This record gives sequence, C-alpha cells and structure tokens, in this order.
Amino acid sequence: MTTHSNIDTAVETVTRGEDLTTAGQWQLFWLRFKKHRLAVISLVVIISLYVVAALAEFIAPFDPNSTNARFTYASPQGFHLFHDGSFAPNVSRLSMTLNKESLRREFTADPDNPVFLGFFVPAKPYMLLGVIPMETKLFGIKDPKIGDSLYLFGADRLGRDILSRVLYGAQISLSIGLVGVVVSLVLGVAIGGISGFFGGWVDVLIQRFIELLRSIPTIPLWMGLATAIPVSWPPLQTYFCITLIVSLLGWTSLAREVRGKFLSLRNEDYVIAARLDGMSEIGIIFHHLVPSFISHIIATLTLAIPTMILSETALSFLGIGLQPPIISWGTLLQEAQNIRAVAQAPWLLFTPAAAIVIAVLSLNFLGDGLRDAADPYGATT
Amino acid sequence: MTTLMADWASQGGAVEQGTVAALRERYGLDQPIYIQYYKWIAGIVTAGDFGLSFEYGRPVAELIWGRLGYSFLLAVLTLCFAWAVAIPIGILSAVRQYSIGDYVTTFLAFVFLALPNFVLALAVMYVVSTYFGKSVGGLFSPEYADAPWSFGRLWDLITHIWLPVVVIGTGSLAALLRIMRANLLDELRKPYVTTARAKGLSELKLLIRYPVRIALNPLISAIGWILPAAVSAEILVSVVMSLPTTGPLLLRALLSQDMYLAGSLILLVSVLTIIGTLISDILLALADPRIRLQ
Repeated sequence: MTTHSNIDTAVETVTRGEDLTTAGQWQLFWLRFKKHRLAVISLVVIISLYVVAALAEFIAPFDPNSTNARFTYASPQGFHLFHDGSFAPNVSRLSMTLNKESLRREFTADPDNPVFLGFFVPAKPYMLLGVIPMETKLFGIKDPKIGDSLYLFGADRLGRDILSRVLYGAQISLSIGLVGVVVSLVLGVAIGGISGFFGGWVDVLIQRFIELLRSIPTIPLWMGLATAIPVSWPPLQTYFCITLIVSLLGWTSLAREVRGKFLSLRNEDYVIAARLDGMSEIGIIFHHLVPSFISHIIATLTLAIPTMILSETALSFLGIGLQPPIISWGTLLQEAQNIRAVAQAPWLLFTPAAAIVIAVLSLNFLGDGLRDAADPYGATT
Repeated sequence: MTTLMADWASQGGAVEQGTVAALRERYGLDQPIYIQYYKWIAGIVTAGDFGLSFEYGRPVAELIWGRLGYSFLLAVLTLCFAWAVAIPIGILSAVRQYSIGDYVTTFLAFVFLALPNFVLALAVMYVVSTYFGKSVGGLFSPEYADAPWSFGRLWDLITHIWLPVVVIGTGSLAALLRIMRANLLDELRKPYVTTARAKGLSELKLLIRYPVRIALNPLISAIGWILPAAVSAEILVSVVMSLPTTGPLLLRALLSQDMYLAGSLILLVSVLTIIGTLISDILLALADPRIRLQ
C-alpha cells in the first residue's frame, strides 16, 4: 500500500518533469520555501525595510534632528496625489490656532490650500551610505516658503518630523537585530557544538547552564545589566553593549538546536563512513555536519532577530537602553511614555509602533517559512 | 559604590559619620565586591536581611513584600487568563482547520506576538481615556489606595486588575494558542481517534476525552517559559500603567543605583519564577503518567 503510493508520487513527479531526485539541498529548500506565500511576501518586505534603512538619508525628507518651533506637535497632514484633476502630489497646509482654554496649539488642515511636493528636490549636501556625496532627497517641498510644512506622520514636541525619525531609527533598530544575531550565532554554534559533539559531563554542564539562563525572567536581568553601562559612555559603545546584552540569551536556543542536530547526526552512516575513511573530526564537522543543518540555523537566526528588536525597544523605552541623541524605535517610543503625551499626539506612539509591528511580523513569518522549508520531513512537492 | 555613597551624602546633606561607618561595617562596603556579595547573601540566608535601600533609607524587606505579592498575583492571573482563553480557541481552530475563524485567530496571534506589551498598554490606555473618558492605571481608585482590606476594596481591585492582566496576557496567549493548535492537530491525525470515532463515540466526547487531554501536556510544561515571560511583561506594563508592583520600584532602584534594593528584587523575582517552574514540572508529572514512569 505504502510502496504503491510512493511509486505513484514518483511517477507523478517524473511526468510533471520536475527532477526532484537529483535536486540539490538548496534547490529543494527554495522549492519548499516558494510554496509558503506569506513567507515570500515577508522576505520582500524585510529586504525593502533594510534597503529603506540603508538609504534613510536619501528617503527621509528632513534631518531627524532639525527642530521647528512653529510646528510643535503638528498633526499628520493629509496626503493627496491629485490637485484640480491633474497629478500633483500635495499635502494640506496646516494653520495653527492657540486654544485659549487648554493653552495648546491646535492644527487644522486646509485641503484647498495645498503645499506641493516634488521629487528629487535639492537639499543640504550629505553623504549617502557614508561615501556617496548627494545633494538631492527623494521627495520634499517644491520651492519651500516660510510657513510650508511637510509632516506626513506628524511632528514631536520639538517639531521634528516623525517620518524622518522613524526612518533613521530603522538604521539602529534593525541593525541591532543583525549584529546581535551574529554574536548569538558565534556563541550558539560554538557552545552548542561543543556540547553535542563531546557529550558526557561537558554536555550536562552546558545544558544545565542554558536552562538556568532561560528560567530567569529576561527583562529584570537585562534592566540590571543595562543600568550597569556608564551613562558617560559614547553612543557607539553603549550601542555595542546593548547589542551584547540582548544577544546574551539569544544564543541559548541556537545552542540547543545545534546540539540536538549534532547528537542525532553523530552516528549517521555517512558520518561513520567519513570517519572510517580517516577524515579528521574538524573536517567531518565542517564538511558533513554543518552543511546538513545550516538551513535550520538560518531559520532559528531569523526567528531570533525580532526578539532582539523587541528587547532593544523595551530597554530604550524604559530609558536604560539607548539614550536620546541616538534615534531608535525604542527611543522614539520614549517620547510617548506617558498617557498625556499620547493623548495629545497619538502619532508619537502609533507611527514607531507600526514600524515595529511590520518589521517583527514579517521577520516572524519569514522565519516560520524558512523553518518549514528546512524541515527534511516536510512535503517536497 | 563609593559614588553612590558620595551621592547619598551630598543629597542627604548631613549624614552622620557614625551611620556611614556602621553601614560600611555591616555590609563590608569598603571591601572587594565578592566579600560584599557574600555578606549580602549570607545576611539573606541566615537572617532574612536583604540589606538597606539607600534611597528610601529603609530595610529592603519592608519595601518589597507587598509589591512582590501584587506582582505574582498579576503573573498568576495572567497565566490563568492565557490558559482559559487559549485552550478553547486553540481547540476550535484545530478542529476547524483552515476555516475563516482559524485564519483570523492565527493572524491575530501573530500580530499580538509582534506587538510589544508596553505599546499595547499605552494604546489601550489611550483608547480608554479618549473614547470612554475614564482614567486608567494603578490597581486601585484613589479612595481605596491606602484603605484597609474590605469587600469594597477587593471589588475595586477586580475592576482595575483585568486590564493589565489582559494586556500582559496577550503575548503569552498567542504563543499558547499556537502550541495548542499544533499539538491537537498532531493528535487528531492519530489512529486512535479514528478508532474511537468508528466505535461511535460522539464527536465532542471523543475530542475532550482523548486528544485534548494529551495535547494539554505540553501546555503544562509551557508554564516553565510563560511564567518568566509574564513576569518580564508585567514589569514593563506596570511601569507604563503605574501599578504598585515590583516593576516601577525596580526601575527606580536601577536608575538611582540603589544596589541592594535592585539586587534583592531581581533575586526574588528569579527565585519565585524558578519555584513556579518547579511546580509546573510536578504538575506535569501528575498529569502525564508517561513522565512518571521515566
């Protein structure tokens, strides 16, 4: 019965012209990954997020630190593609009135009196990616005059553009995940490999240590470690320390994965064959063992990035992670820490929050898709 | 450490030399860090002395017990809430796999996993205060905050506590839901389910009696990591919603470098979490005979 259905599928495969029997590991991986529609979309989203972050200087319409006292807490301006029936991207002009009762500035948008936008507008010279000198931005106000403003997602308490700040923040927030993952990768593969390959008391010791680390609530532990960073340290050093702290626990799941794989593969026929052929242990590890589970490592790593982004956000939000001159999604949310600020300017909360949710959500979907694709027992066709 | 003492001395103005010397003597403050640590741990183990909070000028033990109680009340309630919601919804979405309900809950679960708890807390507070005009935050109304325990105060607590519980619980809830659904799907495909169905057992009875019971086991062992997660989330959320739990106290202690207070809080929270994990292991052994046999 089973053999019969196997033959059936084999015949089906051959008749469909896909030669799966000779397809390489990565080919199979890609075929299975492609079937996961959501994961493919997420991959596109992730790639565009990283591209946008890398080109933030070009895409962001303003310098994230330039303040504008006229437009403190300005509300998001309505965006329109057409004006009087012709294509002319514009935003509604903001007019400010002072509410005498609450002594707050209130902004009203006036769609009939638009501020026109242009593409590739001239800007102050800057270096794209730190090397290419540029003098234009992707978009901005066409012929800026006094009183013109462009706040697609509102402004904060100093009149800084939230959109630009979120774009610049992506540079820090998204890269912390990547750098942290590299640290986790090195630690996880090394420690997990040692644990799985040697076994015995080394294994027991390492596994108990991992269990200990995993049973401690993370936030209090991170809070303790993060406050140990001296306030006087330069931003780059703080950034590096925070990365180390958030990856401190990330490696444990990877180490477990690697150990499990080592244990199950150590006595496979092909490993024994290689050993009998006189291959060195290091050679076996890097030629036979590592390629066989590298797809799992990639999947686990992808799933570790969102955790790190969320940890950085949480720490910076509490004011013990990255500090304000640095722009990250966490420090942006710090502005929305109390309910009064949120009530007055909800975009302070919702714009960075949306960025976080999009990034984390797509990374999770992508990781799930990669994990399914890496599973050798999953459906191939 | 010395900066802390200097800070304290400069802020407090006249700190008597005798007090400082006595403190130094008691906690070994002028000695290397491992001796300080040993003295501190020895004090906890032998005399239940958690040291002195430098900021509040009171023993740490006095400050934390009440707050720790609320913290764990919140964590336990969160667990119960996550369980109570995750199990039925997980069962539903497994039994009706690929239905609209399944897709909606799966999608929502992913969104809640991606949303930081404190952002959710702020968003909920914003919605409640803007559209319902009620103030949120805290565990008690002002008139009950310092009142002795009574039915009125208990009721007040209940009306306040559900919001943080829901906010803290959503992340864990989403994770539990995914686990429950996956486990039950695995069980439903097993031959014994077909056998039971062939014998004419009603669908509901069959579901509750066999596959659900087995699918629940991994959920019990999940307490081991849900509890630390709930405690972490509780700390963040209580800072945002200003709850009288360990969270805001820990943050303050850390920011003002109040060493013994922060250390004791992290220590106790970790210890209680590990005890919770141990209890979950015992529960699992009680619920699953296969574990006992090993």
